[in-house]
Amino acid sequence: MAEDVIVTEGLTKVYEGMDAPAVDHLDLTVCAGEVFGLLGPNGAGKTTTAGILTTRVVPTAGRAFVAGIDVVRHPALVKQVSGIVSQQNTLDRQLTVWENLYFHGRLFGMGGRDSRARADELLESFSLTKWSRASVYALSGGMAQRLMVARAIFHRPAVLFLDEPTAGLDPQSRLALWEMLAELNREGQTVVLTTHYMEEADQLCDRVAIMDHGHILALDTPDALKRSTGADTILTVKVDRDGERLATALARDLGGVVSTRVAGDVVTVQVRGAERLVPRTVDLAEAAGVAVLDLAVAEPSLETVFINLTGKELRE
Amino acid sequence: MTTFRIEANPTRSAATASRAALGGLIARDLTVLRKTFGEFVLRTLIQPFLLCFVFLYVFPKIGQAVGGSSAGAAGFATILVPGVVGISIMFQGVQSIALAMAQEFGFTREIEDRVQAPCPIWLVAVSKVLSGSVQGVIAAAIVFPIAAVVHASGVTATVSLHWLEIVTLVPLACVAMASLGLVLGTSFEPRNIGLMFGFVVLPITFLGGTYYPWTHLAPVTIGHVHWLQTLVLLNPLIYVNEGMRAAFTDAPHMHLYVIYPVLVGFAALFLSIGLRNFRRRVLS
Repeated sequence: MAEDVIVTEGLTKVYEGMDAPAVDHLDLTVCAGEVFGLLGPNGAGKTTTAGILTTRVVPTAGRAFVAGIDVVRHPALVKQVSGIVSQQNTLDRQLTVWENLYFHGRLFGMGGRDSRARADELLESFSLTKWSRASVYALSGGMAQRLMVARAIFHRPAVLFLDEPTAGLDPQSRLALWEMLAELNREGQTVVLTTHYMEEADQLCDRVAIMDHGHILALDTPDALKRSTGADTILTVKVDRDGERLATALARDLGGVVSTRVAGDVVTVQVRGAERLVPRTVDLAEAAGVAVLDLAVAEPSLETVFINLTGKELRE
Repeated sequence: MTTFRIEANPTRSAATASRAALGGLIARDLTVLRKTFGEFVLRTLIQPFLLCFVFLYVFPKIGQAVGGSSAGAAGFATILVPGVVGISIMFQGVQSIALAMAQEFGFTREIEDRVQAPCPIWLVAVSKVLSGSVQGVIAAAIVFPIAAVVHASGVTATVSLHWLEIVTLVPLACVAMASLGLVLGTSFEPRNIGLMFGFVVLPITFLGGTYYPWTHLAPVTIGHVHWLQTLVLLNPLIYVNEGMRAAFTDAPHMHLYVIYPVLVGFAALFLSIGLRNFRRRVLS
């Protein structure tokens, strides 16, 4: 496979009146059939990147192609092969649930009969049939999101873009959406999503680009990114005082310490191949004269990767 | 789940897709119009009805005649009826486009989806103008009979239908006013809509020759300057109303050689400003 659905070359966007570029010389390739995530904090440039690819943001320099079509030169053609789910609810408030789908089909050149059939089919598979004739005002946040996904894939796009798809969704709807996207992907749908939830990127994406300040800092599968930290365990210790002293002691005596980080009263230690981590940490803390208030052990996450790359937390 | 057949490549040319998208956009607007037709009729008729009721029924009844004698009142009716059609066309442009667009750019963000239609962005705005114009024509068709029948006895407008002018000037006026709606809807932030009504819509309405023909403004002078008659030439509604007078009555009106080109000019001007604004609001 590995047909490239999206290619960008030196893609740059500087908004008017801004000094720093929102997206800075971005080179990116998304293959057919993968779920690709742009992960980063607010202002990292993910939404701008998605905006350029969906023809809403005009790049300052560089080029971008969707399904081989230049997004700047032929935006109308690009729109034929893109499906978009935006952050806000953009459903047509004056139409019913069914009509929202039906008119989308008409917009994309499907005949009345095909549009009707496809609308029925999608309502069925997205479990919205009984809301068919309801106003979109009647839908909950999760249902509205489902309808927006159904609408976006109505015309069988080569790539489905989702901008922060689960921001503002309740946990249950979020899980449901993840399942839905995974299912669509199994059926061959290429998906590009932006998110600032590391769990979302980790769960859903085949490959993740970690972005900050308009640059891609790292790009790989979630597993490879996590392996790149060099650690297999993340130890988080909350102390009453003297975090620095504990960090020094752990780095010296725990063994296998890849890195330590102190933020306020929390010491985070990335460890590789250490045994009996918890009791030994407690012992070392005691020896250092530091009281342990809380202690947690976890596997490295994309958050760990982000912290290693930027020195800050994703949600700061 | 659903079966997939991914369209990895655009299957249709930009022109074919754009034509279909335009059809889809207008079909959507007309469906909404059909679903809300009762509401559309009510909001379209209420202003013309009140204007005719107050000026052509209440005023003559209480002896507060506009135009002096009852013959004068009938003369005023002849002036007012086409003016009411003109003002309805203009309000249709403001309501069906400017207000709808303010809403779609504002809290519903529906425009985000609409501009994803597989066609150039300007065509989305053009579709709004087209369906707004259709609504204007429908408005004119239902307002005219109402305006012509609501009056006190003896205060009858002298109607005379000039079909050539009707079938050309009414659609032209509708396109010009719908384009004005596009300019307003894309120029004002949703939160400033009140400002738009106060500073743009009201002056256009009151100085747009609805209650008086342009030709009668000559006596308003400072020194020898017909300042009002000159100033209101900037108002597009003047040409709409004068055009309606030419189409529906034998009352004196501005020359058709002026009305046609100026309305075409206003339509082109508003459309180009409106499309530029629209593009600027949608793209960054």
